[in-house]
Parts: sequence; C-alpha cells; structure tokens
Amino acid sequence: MSLADPTDLPPEERRWRVFWRRYRRNRAAVLGLILLGAVVLLALLAGIYEPVDPLRRAGEPLTWPFQTWQTPLGTDQLGRDILAGILHGARISLLIGVVATVISIAIGVVIGALAGYFGGWVDDVLMRITEAFQTVPSFVLLLALVAILGSSIENIVLAIGIVSWTAPARLARAEFMSLRKREFIDAVRNLGVGDAAIIFREILPNALPPVVVYASVIMALAILLESALAFLGLGDPNYASWGNMIGQGRAVLRTAWYVCAIPGIAIVLTVLSFSLLGEGLNEVLNPRQKK
Amino acid sequence: MPFLIYALRRALQAVPVILMIMVGAFLLLKLAPGDTVDALVGDMGGADAQFIARLRAEYGLDQPVWVQLWRYLAKMAQFDFGWSYVYEQPVSVVLLDRLGVTLMLMCASLFFAFTIGVALGAIAARRAYSVTDNVISTLGLVFYATPSFFLSLMMIVVFSVKLGWLPVGGIRTIAAFYTGWDHVLDVARHLVMPTAALSLIYLAFYLRLMRASVLEVAELDFVRTARAKGAGEGRLMFHHIMRNALLPVVTLLGLQFSTLLGGSVVVETIFSLPGLGQLAYQSVIQRDMNTLMGIIFLSSVVVIVVNFLTDLLYARLDSRIELS
Repeated sequence: MSLADPTDLPPEERRWRVFWRRYRRNRAAVLGLILLGAVVLLALLAGIYEPVDPLRRAGEPLTWPFQTWQTPLGTDQLGRDILAGILHGARISLLIGVVATVISIAIGVVIGALAGYFGGWVDDVLMRITEAFQTVPSFVLLLALVAILGSSIENIVLAIGIVSWTAPARLARAEFMSLRKREFIDAVRNLGVGDAAIIFREILPNALPPVVVYASVIMALAILLESALAFLGLGDPNYASWGNMIGQGRAVLRTAWYVCAIPGIAIVLTVLSFSLLGEGLNEVLNPRQKK
Repeated sequence: MPFLIYALRRALQAVPVILMIMVGAFLLLKLAPGDTVDALVGDMGGADAQFIARLRAEYGLDQPVWVQLWRYLAKMAQFDFGWSYVYEQPVSVVLLDRLGVTLMLMCASLFFAFTIGVALGAIAARRAYSVTDNVISTLGLVFYATPSFFLSLMMIVVFSVKLGWLPVGGIRTIAAFYTGWDHVLDVARHLVMPTAALSLIYLAFYLRLMRASVLEVAELDFVRTARAKGAGEGRLMFHHIMRNALLPVVTLLGLQFSTLLGGSVVVETIFSLPGLGQLAYQSVIQRDMNTLMGIIFLSSVVVIVVNFLTDLLYARLDSRIELS
C-alpha cells in the first residue's frame, strides 16, 4: 500500500486528489492559480499596509517608483500612494468579479433552465430575449444602465451581471435539454415529483459543472468591464479602482507614464490568472473537449 | 431556390429580436430620471406648470404607457429617434454623421484580427506543443487579458510621445487640408493605433479558436486519406485542413461584431475619433438619452445585418448545412 494510491482514501478526499493530480499536469493552469493567490494576497494586505484611505495624499506628487520607502511604487499627480491604490484596487476588482459573476450565473441558469426544461413557446420567448441581449453591444448597454441607475458600486455590479448572463444561459439550456430526456428524470416524474423540484434538485446539480467552469471566464470579463467603466470616470468615486487610477493617470501620461502602467499590469495579471484557471478547470472537468 | 428561402427565413427571425430591443430601449427611457419635457424646460431655464402640462400633451407624455410605447415603436421603425438637445439636431442625423468612422475602424480591426489571428493559430496548431506554439499561445492569453484602454495609452507613450511616429488622436491632421492619396494616408496613419488597440483581444480570440479548430480537423479521416494518397504537407494544409478549420471561425465573425462595437467606446474616446463609440460616451456624460437609445438601436441593427451576412456566407461555404 502506497500513499500515491488514492483508492484507499475516503471517496470525497479521493476525488479531490484525482482532481488536483489532473489539474497540476497543466503548468499554465498552476501558474494561473499562483497568480490568483498573489492577487488575493494583495487584497488581504490592503488592510495592513494602508488601513486608512488610499485616496488621501501620502507624499510628494509624482514621485517615481523605487525612490523612497514611504511610497515604494511612487505617487500620482495628487501625491496618492500607488501601492496603496494597487492593494485596495485588488479588493474592488475581486469583489466586483465575484459578485457580478454570481448574479450573471444566477440569471443565466434560471433562464437557461426554464428554456431547456420546458421547451416549446417558453424556450422560444426566452431564447429571443437572450438573442436580443447578445445583439446589443454589451458595453453600450452597460453605459446606459449605469447612466440610468447611477454609478454606486452595487449598481455597477448589478449592471455587469445584467449584461453578461447570455453565455451561461445557453450553456445551462443545452445541459437541461439533454438531461430532461434521461431515464432518471422520467423515474422521479413518475414518483410524482413536481417540476420545480426536478429542475433544482435533480437536473441542476448535474448541469452545473460546465457552467461553473465558465464562471472564470465571466469573472475575467467582469473585471475588464469594471475597469473600462472606471477608466472612463463612470465608476464609483468612493473606492480606489485600477481602472480609475489609469483614467486619472492619463492626464500626466507624457511625463509620468508609470501612473498608468502599474495598475495596467495589475489588471493584465489578474485577468490572465482567471483565464488560465478556467482553462485548467476545463481540462479537468470537461476532458472530452480537449486532447 | 432553397438558398433564397433560407435567407428569407433567417431575415424574418430577426424581426422579434429587433422588436424586443425597441421595447427594451423604451423601458430604459422610462426608467431614466426625467423625460423630454424636463430636458426642454431645463434648457429654457424653467417654465410655469401650465406651460409644462401643455408641452407634455404635445409630446404625448400624458397618454397611457401603452400608447406611448406604440408611438415610440412606430417612430423607431422609421429610424426617427427623436431630438438631441445637446446637438440641436434630430438624433438620426447625428448618428449618420458618426457611423462612417466607426464602421471604418470596425472593418479595419476585424480584418486585422482575423487575418493575423487565423495565420498565427494555424502556425501554432501545425507545430502543436513546440516552443513556437507555446510562445504564440502565451501571447494569445496575454493579449486576451490586456484591456484596450491600457494598450492604447502605452502605445501613445511609445509611438507618439517617445518616438513621435504616430499622431495622438483625431481622424485627420487639423488644418493640413490634404487631398487625394495624401488624405487617405493621413487618415490611415490616424487609424493605426486605434485599430491595433481594438483588434488585440479579437486577434487572441481567433488565434485560439483557429488553433483548436486546425488540431481537430487534422485528426479527421479524410486528412489521413489525403496524406496516404501522397498529398504534400503544404497542399494538405491549404486545400484540405484550412478550408474546414475556417468554418467555426467564420461564424464567430458576426458574433464578435457586437463586442467590437462596445470596445469602440473606449478606443474612440481615447483617440478622439468622431464615431458612434465616442458619441455614446458623450451622451452618457451629457445625459442625452435619446441619442444613447438611438446608438443602441442602430448598433443592434448593424450587428443583426452582419450576423445575417455571416450566416449566409457560412451556408454557402459549408454544403453540409441543411437549408431547411
């Protein structure tokens, strides 16, 4: 008996081991996990490094990076510490990414489930609505929603969720359409179980894996959408956000390009980590799609 | 003949989608604080209640919501989006004025992203799991993660500020009055950076898709048969694999058009290009709701038309598709 043999572990633990062994085969996916860990660490450090307020003056304006210990990554034109902005921005990016993704998947799964399970005219109507949402350029719709609802952080998260649910809806619909014809569903229906229970308790747990894998794609998209909004000055002004830092740094781009470059790199690495993570998960959970 | 019927049926399918977008635009307008009359009165610097009531009646705003919706749909169907209080012109005139620049930027970006993305994807797939493939695939992931506004600013730093090669913004050199070829070249120079910024994410997208698609097709039986019959690798690639591998990539041309239009908001704003994207941003800042809804409707129509055309192209390219 060796430790590497997972068969003598309890089933729950065995599943995790197999999962991890498959995941770790993909080096890029492991890199993604490390990057994501780094971003989470940044977000956690925000409270320790700069507990007060990243939006207040911390030193001489336009200090370049690596000049003084007080502001290691330099300051912007108002003397705000860029490192503090990066740390607090990590919180906002992750927060918006996670909450917007939950909203988007919740809307998508409900609509996809109803369309796929009931079919017929319900499917027709819901799919036309989905098509309409796919047709309207999502960033323009996002602008309109933020203009109407106002740009508090809650409204931004809600608006991002509203413009990004179409892909999970299509995925959930496809899963429901194939699952509802299975024998075990016929069996529970004959036992007198109602539609709602069949949808949520019988089909949903089986339909979720591909949707969950897609969550990392939506997370990356949500972070990109928020940063673009904040860049244009339409984000919530009460929070430090990477996009907003870049937007304000634009005014001093000619002389102090680091003010834009540092938060930009932070966005690229964060989005990259979610993409890599998604690919790794996809390879493990949907092995049929790839060789 | 079946092709014609197919095209007609596809066109009819777009009708409910357009209708739904129009209803959506109406709902958004109703949700927005303030209406046309509020905007008018605000412009005039205030008015008495009686006058406001008369204006409301004149614009039909005293009618029930259903009547208002019906009138709105009827007007929109004729491309009448109301009056822009910012530009003092009908919205449709403002939109048509801006459409050209955006379509030019769109087509340039799509062309660039498609050709380079397909070429890189095919190269990566032919040398799958080699160093070349790793470099190309990693580049693709980084491109995908780079926001267009960040790339735009960094390009401005390098190519405009440091090297001085390209203009920072605008669609043409002001007060230069170029004509003929000089004018074309001048506009092209102004479009280099915006095109690159807008196309990067889509280039990454086509690259990944093409790589996966080529890998899949290369495994199919008919490729093995062709190879067994002595077809050279070059002929195999261009005659047998590419043709089939391109199909899924072509379908996505249409789908991406909508996202591309959204991306133009940021890029046009940064490079001060007078297109629909910049107009959308300005309308939000100036709370010009009529114009914003006009942009949503017009861009949706553009997306639907492009989707329709790609569908037809796809049906023509792939004879396996049934036209019923």
